[in-house]
Amino acid sequence: MRYSGFRVIREALSGHTGWGPVWRDPAPQKDYDCIIVGGGGHGLATAYYLAKEFGQSRIAVLEKGWIGGGNVGRNTTIIRSNYLLDGNQPFYEFSLKLWEGLEQDFNYNAMVSQRGIINLYHTDAQRDAYTRRGNAMILHGADAELLTRDQVRAMYPFLNFDNARFPIKGALMQRRGGTVRHDAVAWGYARGADSRGVDILQNCEVTGMRIEAGRIVGVDTSRGFIGAKKVGVAVAGASSQVMAQAGIRLPIESHVLQAFVSEGLKPVIDGVITYGAGHFYVSQSDKGGLVFGGDIDGYNSYAQRGNMAVVEDVAEGGMSLMPMIGRARLLRMWGGIMDMSMDGSPIIDRTGIEGLYFNGGWCYGGFKATPASGWVFAHLLATDTPHPTATAYRFDRFRDGLMIDEKGQGAQPNLH
Amino acid sequence: MIINHPLLGPRDAQEFVYLGDAALIRRPDGLTDGIDAFHDYLYLRDNPAGLHRELWYHEQGDRSWLVVTRHTVTHEITRVELARDVARAEGRSR
Repeated sequence: MRYSGFRVIREALSGHTGWGPVWRDPAPQKDYDCIIVGGGGHGLATAYYLAKEFGQSRIAVLEKGWIGGGNVGRNTTIIRSNYLLDGNQPFYEFSLKLWEGLEQDFNYNAMVSQRGIINLYHTDAQRDAYTRRGNAMILHGADAELLTRDQVRAMYPFLNFDNARFPIKGALMQRRGGTVRHDAVAWGYARGADSRGVDILQNCEVTGMRIEAGRIVGVDTSRGFIGAKKVGVAVAGASSQVMAQAGIRLPIESHVLQAFVSEGLKPVIDGVITYGAGHFYVSQSDKGGLVFGGDIDGYNSYAQRGNMAVVEDVAEGGMSLMPMIGRARLLRMWGGIMDMSMDGSPIIDRTGIEGLYFNGGWCYGGFKATPASGWVFAHLLATDTPHPTATAYRFDRFRDGLMIDEKGQGAQPNLH
Repeated sequence: MIINHPLLGPRDAQEFVYLGDAALIRRPDGLTDGIDAFHDYLYLRDNPAGLHRELWYHEQGDRSWLVVTRHTVTHEITRVELARDVARAEGRSR
């Protein structure tokens, strides 16, 4: 069933009786060619591209809860491709280009809004670092501009420009960056995958992996054993728990990231703004709420909630940057489980077990990667070779000294 | 989150800096243990959803290191020890 403006009108004239379920709820088959563990953004995108771009069939997505109930339903919606390192930037730019065509590709309104993102800088050294990053973006085919203080003031006059300690000196801007309605991404990929024959199995938690002679033969689940030739794991914060079932330890710690929404306000923040003198970033949703966040709490957590220290810290950042929000009330706050890796960059790789593949370590930056992550994971599952933009995302990069460390912080997950 | 320091009593977690799994106390021997041991020590983690023994540094207090036993799903802290005591009990004193 194709969605379109004509369809809406036709249905309106016939009492909206023609809409059907957006995806099926099939019974699990005995076995599949490929099982994706994890019905979040990345897992559903992988299944979609496996079916659509790589012509695969007999695919199932196994989700322990309801699809989209994890981090794809909890993030702050930002898309961008403003990374520095060669191992990262081509991948994220590939993802941004996929975002640009996504709604037409999967015939679903995901409210892809390229409203622009600016990274403010406050010192000369920061200006130089951002200039370098902007040049790296341009070299890899993305767009980047360095804005002067006056140019930033013309866009966002309400910012705290003349703060004595952290004056705003300018910004790095990516006009093609912006926001996307995250729930719609999960639903659009689910609908697209389902319509191409992918079985989406919810309330289906993987409880064990059956491995024979070094090869995976299937997974035990809360809905019974399901055989598979290939299994791709994309479960973000639950990565260590799931991979432990295959006897594999990961270079990952699970941490809580909090995010916040204010009460609805009249349109006041047109694009995405990130603060350079503290970890604070903000945008405004179409419902009017300010959507913002900051640092992870810093300790291992699977609680999906954090503590007040971060709430205060994020509020301080917001007040330092845009004092005008001081009277707005906080409406909602929540946490997710971030798969923080040992260099801040993801891992998309085969494992030591034949037929078992892993996609994780996205830290708190997985949402913008959703389309490319799905595409390159599908590429790996279908062809057993890495996609050209993802060749550096290997487990063995830590052993070989090839870490992709944007922040330069070293082997401590909570610093990335 | 309150950490009950064995010497100083209950303290806000904000006084501390978190390092990670207390297994970091067991650093491999540089001369005898080899690269695999170092790789696993440095880069691999158990990362449990449950009881976790972890290192916290009391930067804003007495600058001691603590081994805190905390449940990573509920954040409940059930035990706090001086890291020095834990290390010595494992025979790591010099």
